Amino acid sequence: MPKRTDIQSVLVIGSGPIVIGQAAEFDYSGTQACRILRAEGLRVILVNSNPATIMTDPEIADATYVEPITPEFVEKIIAKERPDALLPTLGGQTALNTAISLHEAGTLEKYGVELIGANVEAINKGEDRDLFKEVVEAVRQKIGHGESARSVICHSMDDVLAGVETLGGYPVVVRPSFTMGGAGSGFAHDEEELRRIAGQGLTLSPTTEVLLEESILGWKEYELELMRDKHDNVVVVCSIENFDPMGVHTGDSITVAPAMTLTDREYQTLRDIGIAVIREVGVDTGGCNIQFAVNPEDGRVIVIEMNPRVSRSSALASKATGFPIAKIAAKLAVGYTLDEIPNDITQETPASFEPTLDYVVVKAPRFAFEKFPQADSTLTTTMKSVGEAMAIGRNFTEAFQKALRSLEKKGSQFTFVGEPGDKAELLREAVRPTDGRINAVMQAIRAGATPEEVFEYTKIDPWFVDQLFLIKEIADELAEAPELTPELLAEAKRHGFSDQQIGEIRGLREDVVREVRHALGIRPVYKTVDTCAAEFAARTPYFYSSYDEETEVASREKPAVIILGSGPNRIGQGIEFDYSCVHASFALSDAGYETVMVNCNPETVSTDYDTSDRLYFEPLTLEDVLEIVHAEQQAGPVAGVVVQLGGQTPLGLSQALKDNGVPIVGTSPEAIHAAEDRGAFGRVLAEAGLPAPKHGTATTFAGAKAIADEIGYPVLVRPSYVLGGRGMEIVYDETRLESYIAESTEISPSRPVLVDRFLDDAIEIDVDALYDGEELYLGGVMEHIEEAGIHSGDSACALPPITLGGFDIKRLRASTEAIAKGVGVRGLINIQFAMAGDILYVLEANPRASRTVPFTSKATAVPLAKAAARISLGATIAELRAEGLLPANGDGGELPLDAPISVKEAVMPWSRFRDIHGRGVDTVLGPEMRSTGEVMGIDSVFGTAYAKSQAGAYGPLPTKGRAFISVANRDKRSMIFPARELVAHGFELLATSGTAEVLKRNGINATVVRKQSEGTGPNGEKTIVQLIHDGEVDLIVNTPYGTGGRLDGYDIRTAAVARSVPCLTTVQALAAAVQGIDALNHGDVGVRSLQEHAEHLTAARD
Amino acid sequence: MTTSIQGTASQRHKAAPAVLVLEDGRMFRGRAYGAVGVTFGEAVFSTGMTGYQETLTDPSYHRQVVVMTAPHVGNTGVNDEDPESKQIWVAGYVVRDPARVPSNWRSRRSLDDELRHQGVVGISGIDTRALTRHLRERGAMRVGIFSGNALPDEGTMLAEVRQAPEMKGADLSAEVATKEAYVVPAIGEKKFTVAAVDLGIKGMTPHRMAERGIEVHVLPATASVEDVYAVNPDGVFFSNGPGDPATADHPVSVMQAVLERGTPLFGICFGNQILGRALGFGTYKLKYGHRGINQPVQDRTTGKVEVTAHNHGFAVDAPLDKVSETPYGRAEVSHVCLNDNVVEGLHLLDKPAFSVQYHPEAAAGPHDAAYLFDRFVSLMEGQRA
Repeated sequence: MPKRTDIQSVLVIGSGPIVIGQAAEFDYSGTQACRILRAEGLRVILVNSNPATIMTDPEIADATYVEPITPEFVEKIIAKERPDALLPTLGGQTALNTAISLHEAGTLEKYGVELIGANVEAINKGEDRDLFKEVVEAVRQKIGHGESARSVICHSMDDVLAGVETLGGYPVVVRPSFTMGGAGSGFAHDEEELRRIAGQGLTLSPTTEVLLEESILGWKEYELELMRDKHDNVVVVCSIENFDPMGVHTGDSITVAPAMTLTDREYQTLRDIGIAVIREVGVDTGGCNIQFAVNPEDGRVIVIEMNPRVSRSSALASKATGFPIAKIAAKLAVGYTLDEIPNDITQETPASFEPTLDYVVVKAPRFAFEKFPQADSTLTTTMKSVGEAMAIGRNFTEAFQKALRSLEKKGSQFTFVGEPGDKAELLREAVRPTDGRINAVMQAIRAGATPEEVFEYTKIDPWFVDQLFLIKEIADELAEAPELTPELLAEAKRHGFSDQQIGEIRGLREDVVREVRHALGIRPVYKTVDTCAAEFAARTPYFYSSYDEETEVASREKPAVIILGSGPNRIGQGIEFDYSCVHASFALSDAGYETVMVNCNPETVSTDYDTSDRLYFEPLTLEDVLEIVHAEQQAGPVAGVVVQLGGQTPLGLSQALKDNGVPIVGTSPEAIHAAEDRGAFGRVLAEAGLPAPKHGTATTFAGAKAIADEIGYPVLVRPSYVLGGRGMEIVYDETRLESYIAESTEISPSRPVLVDRFLDDAIEIDVDALYDGEELYLGGVMEHIEEAGIHSGDSACALPPITLGGFDIKRLRASTEAIAKGVGVRGLINIQFAMAGDILYVLEANPRASRTVPFTSKATAVPLAKAAARISLGATIAELRAEGLLPANGDGGELPLDAPISVKEAVMPWSRFRDIHGRGVDTVLGPEMRSTGEVMGIDSVFGTAYAKSQAGAYGPLPTKGRAFISVANRDKRSMIFPARELVAHGFELLATSGTAEVLKRNGINATVVRKQSEGTGPNGEKTIVQLIHDGEVDLIVNTPYGTGGRLDGYDIRTAAVARSVPCLTTVQALAAAVQGIDALNHGDVGVRSLQEHAEHLTAARD
Repeated sequence: MTTSIQGTASQRHKAAPAVLVLEDGRMFRGRAYGAVGVTFGEAVFSTGMTGYQETLTDPSYHRQVVVMTAPHVGNTGVNDEDPESKQIWVAGYVVRDPARVPSNWRSRRSLDDELRHQGVVGISGIDTRALTRHLRERGAMRVGIFSGNALPDEGTMLAEVRQAPEMKGADLSAEVATKEAYVVPAIGEKKFTVAAVDLGIKGMTPHRMAERGIEVHVLPATASVEDVYAVNPDGVFFSNGPGDPATADHPVSVMQAVLERGTPLFGICFGNQILGRALGFGTYKLKYGHRGINQPVQDRTTGKVEVTAHNHGFAVDAPLDKVSETPYGRAEVSHVCLNDNVVEGLHLLDKPAFSVQYHPEAAAGPHDAAYLFDRFVSLMEGQRA
């Protein structure tokens, strides 16, 4: 039966900012769905507050609303657009929860909007623990298999304590209901842990509900991805087995597809249960995933949970199999059945089949604990990873070792040199799941652990354990062989050893190993991901490397451009870079090139086989990239490799690629060096006559001290060649400088530490620009809301700048052009300036696409990354203006006066982390970036745009109620006017004694509240922390006293995070928030699509 | 046996060299797997990712060298519950990465040991995907596996492969079927008696019938019409099996007698081809066959799609778009494979008879088509009423 004819328009809800547990995979899914729905002739209306997504590109939907994903704003969009249907299953938990709220509020009924893809009853059955248990029980009655872990639902701490008795004691698992990514869940081994975890869980759960469960720690964990159509045809797209046994969130586990250690009978049992569950839950059309635990002793199967929507796992399954779940889910939602949908890859067979794999896929999580040194790094059922890498190989060892090196993190690959350490200690270490546990296991094996011991301590399945032994045995052979024979080298490559690993073992340089290997003709071949294990010919060139016999790369005529992606998402290098790579691919394809994408991040749009002409799902290491370049050069002409769009990962490879004869297009490696090397960049600035804060570089404490003494404290110190302000710190005194140098492992003679004068109270400005060697196109000027010193990635900013005048812009333009020219940029450059005392300092320049490119592009309606890609391959800005890719006149530096104001706000992952005592981690912003994502608020005036950005990031700003203010001395002066404004808006002010005194002297009344350190008052007066916990505070302003060690207010800020109360940690943010509150209190805040904004802007430009 | 590790692999085991030689001259060099020696057969590939024990013991694979497209084989070892017959039937086995250590709570021994024990010659470590693509493009063909430390030269090996018998025209049922009749009792209350003609039957098939209260009398492939009716059956079943259906004249004549008498009839796989022939349709050899557990088949009577287990190199040549007149009344194609429109099922409109080309007993494979056994039961109930 073909598509429904009664739906003409559909509203798709995205997933909002990237947060832990809900990342780029929803951009991938949503983009696929929107494209498909448009291709079906539907009017697609999209809402997503995240500007760094492909799905919010104006050409993906008919009407794109970059507005907060809250029921209030979505209702405004519904009222304006009047869609026939709402598709809520592609935007993660955010979209699902919003849709449920709209349903419960009667909004959908009021506007006659039909929920498609999932019905409310099915969503509730899938999400509500109690209802889901009933589902599992019903399934057991019907087919005789599957059960739930024994459990108790609790709504209070008394329930919780009684529940443990019912279950027969500790340990127990605590799972809050209706939270995403398992937020707030964990294992409790005793009452103290239980009180903490369950208390937090009851708060986090929107229904104040947690589930206590029997412990199934150490069981085998599996996941199935299923799809169902309206004719009740069901297919299992993929099975996934977790390498890490039960106890680690699947998002934090190393996972493997297909399942490796199930017999057909056991697999079919899981399949039967899965199908019965999807039917019982009543997912009419679309996808869902179901997680199982299997007892390794007897095969007892427990159904853990299901998600009645597209998920992180479904994105992984789509990349792992070539079966595009989101795309097909969208088609099913509008009425098609599986047999009516062709399989894209074979083009001849239908989608109503189950993919079969002739390769192994391994996904490995990427963590960012180094950014949160206080956080407990133990992996639990709460997801903590910020990204992931996937690798494909023809066997497990190949895929596994490729996945580990794809993580692009020091120490992520196995190392086989040096003393492994003490076996018993290593085994004990391996008991606790952590980032890097796998390395402890390997070292334990090196130290003589037996397979039985490894299993006993880790419960990792014996088959996987043997694979680790296999890897270790090959490493031994490599080490012991008198010479590196072709057979041994080939064998090592077949099991995924990198040239670097082999070199390390043999005491050879990586490039020497490579030369030997090439001389022996040992090179990888490229196989195709084809959904069918070669049963049918594949039409889609989606490749992975393997040391096997036959390659499947076809020759081609058109010149190819190879685009290097950004690898696994991490803090500082996320979806924004994928956005730019995808844009480059689109633009270069339009310009007549064959586009070749290289990336290893399964969450992304860039690794959709539809995005580029060819996709290589490969690690982004020098070795892997060189082999791809070689394979493509064998296939036809290669115009060059694009390295400037994927962030620091490809940028870091550029010089080595060039040294190996690979043509780099755009900004040259030498120019990149000129911007990154302090000395070289200093010369560029000097020649252009531009001031930089006083600075120097040092490789020792003595050197650093000398510089700091000369330029004066505070100083900003950081290692060179890093992204996201890794290791960056504002240092106020010599003591800290000494310990900083001692702690920093990144510093070496070739990688010195940079010491800069820190500009207090400066306005920080970000500029994105294009340069073609002749002409500069100023993409956009962003004024940071927070002062200099807060990492630009964590700072809110406004575009166009809200307090800079024409003269400032003129200076910025001139400086930008001088730097772009001096460095030798061909493409994009991002420069950070600081305006202090009317002097415009240059902080740093990055000759590559920056994190802000998507934001700038959306705010100014100009596709900067596309233009950069074209400039890289020789187009001029003048040509691009003539073509229409860039505006005919003007640029982002001279926006019309009535241009909309866009505000970017960063989203922080505080609520995800706990220290080892279970307390929250501090939320103060600093020079090291820690945000995971961003949102954009766009409106005609700043206040409204800022209010929208806050609503999108953290929930709406309060418009009345009680505001608590406690600021550092240096901020007290700038606090007075905003505080007065809050009172004018009817807020009651609470303050600690010091702040209250200052306010009173300025004629502002504030109620004095007790500090946490003062404890509860004699008459039971609550402390500020108790007030926050009791929900009696609506807004918190708390700026830290000093930066670094003396962080007061920690309890206040962590309580704010726990209770989701807006918490402003800078006075600049307070000033902006007051403007936002003012806007919210004055009249109606409207919604406007990007297309409408663009139309307005284009009209104003002409 | 629970999850403790069976055997250790402290020293990497280096098996003897082995070569796989196709009749068109393409060769793949790897290492011996299972027994060391020489074997010949028809090279076919199977795309199932699970169920190697069931595949190896499926009599339909008799005289075939099976290439596993899934790279890791043997991970769950060998247990005593999952075999589909008393022995391994494949003529040879081709895998990429055999397990060194099996891991499963039901595992009794390793697959490698089992293959060696049963004398099955295999090869490992070759590019199985390249081989699969070759077979897909050139079609199933004869193959030899030669393993050991003293291998013949390439010309000799190729000549030997080319002397091996072909699958087309092979009559193999009798080689794999039971010699003596036996009974699989009904589970629970007995409701029906079925005579099942064993042309290479898999153990799960009578089990699926027994689950539905059927007492199954499994008869040798040579059973006569009289033998069939001697058990006083409510229904007659024709099983799967190896070989070319064009040679199966005896079962065809038995089936025609059953159709004549109007006894409810059900056929699977080879049994479907027999029904095709009994109705007067031809059969033909597919280029490379269907072997896997992910094949989409549409039940044309309901429009529903089921994911099914397949193992067939031959198919029935019947018109998809019309009802055919046959000596036993009107017949039509009831099921079709959505990948390539191959006939996957037949049913008679005027007699209680139907068959499918694929494997509703599903071992290995999904259980989507189990309803066909219920259909058979309904036919028998209808006949009684």
